[in-house]
Amino acid sequence: MSTTEIDRQWTTRLRRRAAGKLPPEKLLPDKQPSYVSSWIYVFGVTTLAALTVVIATGCLLAIRGPQWWHSSSVGLFVNSLHLWSVEIFFFAMVVHLWGKYFMAAWRGGRAMTWMTGVVTFLTSIGAAFTGYVSQSNFDSQWISTQAKDGINSTGVGAFFNVLNLGQMLMWHIVLLPLVAVLLTAIHVLLVRVKGVVPPFEDVPKATK
Amino acid sequence: MTKKAFRPDVDAPEWKGGYSPYDIIKEGTIALVVVALLTLLLAIVFGSPDEHAITIKTWSNAAPVDFATTALSELNGTSTTAQYGAPYNHGSTGPQLGPFTLAKWAGVRISVNTVNDFVIDPLKSQPSQPALSTALTQWSQASSSERAGWVADYTKAAGKMTFANGQVMVNSTNAGPVPVFIEDLTQMARSGALDQALITQAGFYTTNYTMPLLFLADGTYLSGLADHQHLTGDQWGMMNETGSYPGQAWLWLYTFWYQIPPFNTSANADVLVFAIMGLLSIGLLVTPFIPGLRSIPRKTRVYRLIWREHYQNQEKT
Repeated sequence: MSTTEIDRQWTTRLRRRAAGKLPPEKLLPDKQPSYVSSWIYVFGVTTLAALTVVIATGCLLAIRGPQWWHSSSVGLFVNSLHLWSVEIFFFAMVVHLWGKYFMAAWRGGRAMTWMTGVVTFLTSIGAAFTGYVSQSNFDSQWISTQAKDGINSTGVGAFFNVLNLGQMLMWHIVLLPLVAVLLTAIHVLLVRVKGVVPPFEDVPKATK
Repeated sequence: MTKKAFRPDVDAPEWKGGYSPYDIIKEGTIALVVVALLTLLLAIVFGSPDEHAITIKTWSNAAPVDFATTALSELNGTSTTAQYGAPYNHGSTGPQLGPFTLAKWAGVRISVNTVNDFVIDPLKSQPSQPALSTALTQWSQASSSERAGWVADYTKAAGKMTFANGQVMVNSTNAGPVPVFIEDLTQMARSGALDQALITQAGFYTTNYTMPLLFLADGTYLSGLADHQHLTGDQWGMMNETGSYPGQAWLWLYTFWYQIPPFNTSANADVLVFAIMGLLSIGLLVTPFIPGLRSIPRKTRVYRLIWREHYQNQEKT
């Protein structure tokens, strides 16, 4: 096989492109610009950590099926873990989002990083909502019968039936988590490729 | 070739300052441990709510008149579901967004005929009962105007409906088979058989609860319980859950619109709120490209607080 032939391979091209965009020192950095020293940076990694706990506790709930937590104290406790990890996840994500807004974190060619973050946020709202209507208890009865009016009014309800437990559960445990995790991965990789946005150039007060 | 002007809200200055050690794996591990422990603590201290689902059996035993009145509204076409429109039926045009009727355009794709799906078909599934069989035959052989006449006669008398000695009492005179329908459907509901009949319309295995949920929501029992739990729309209900739990607090803005005019009185509130939230979401998505909106961070100078240490160091040097 000639060198030219190897160079033309899709695999070779992809590897070179990936290595060029994201060399190991960028993917797993051991140093950061000195301005990355603020409490606000905690919330990005907290969101990721909470997402991990959300998925882990969701997987635990999945082992015994959707009715388990109604009849088992252990199941109810696992549900509590799932609920509170979701609350932490959203709290951290909202603070992260507003922090990034006030840093204008889209600057310097980082618009796609911002946009993947926003879509991940909206997808997560969908994932949480489908979780709430899949609980198979009074909450899910009430939330689904109320939410149907909003969703039906847009025409989407004809295809996305919030009263259909099976459909909602599948969206909650398969489709939306898949999209959310994929978008999160892209978002994090974009952060690593582009780096953390530098501060605004500001003239110190003393020299004004 | 001239150099492009620096746009402070779009471009970022090149970093020429120093670097600090950063252990990304250690940071991620610590964050995971802290979040896991915090989750554990919150779960131990607060737990989670699990108010059991109500059934049609519970409803019809707790509020038989409400159930029977709702069953009648399914039969005479005055229930919310009967008059809903798309995606369930052609009962109304549905909500309008200006000249657009989005639901109607999407069509009737989850067909619900309240007369047959909620009343006649469940009754047909009952084991042979002479009075009911006769009533069902009478109904099936009647013309539309005859049926409408019976239902109208019963509806007229149903304003004084009572429930005594385990029976629905209505003084109708010319209601044909309707009194038998309402009485037998109420008994069926009180025994728990209607729950099964509505759920299993699609066959042995099903995970679709569209029919029983629509029926439940047509009555006032479900909304009464929700009101008691502070879950109704005017109580910021969509973002709440039973008990004193935070619920979907992230839906606060979506729920907010329902609390203020004109949305709190508009028949088209659902589609209007969705449209507003859709526009706001798109606005958030494309913020980096909207002049003015993308300048707010620079002009409000909140970043001075975020990068306080950086600017303090800058001022020192």
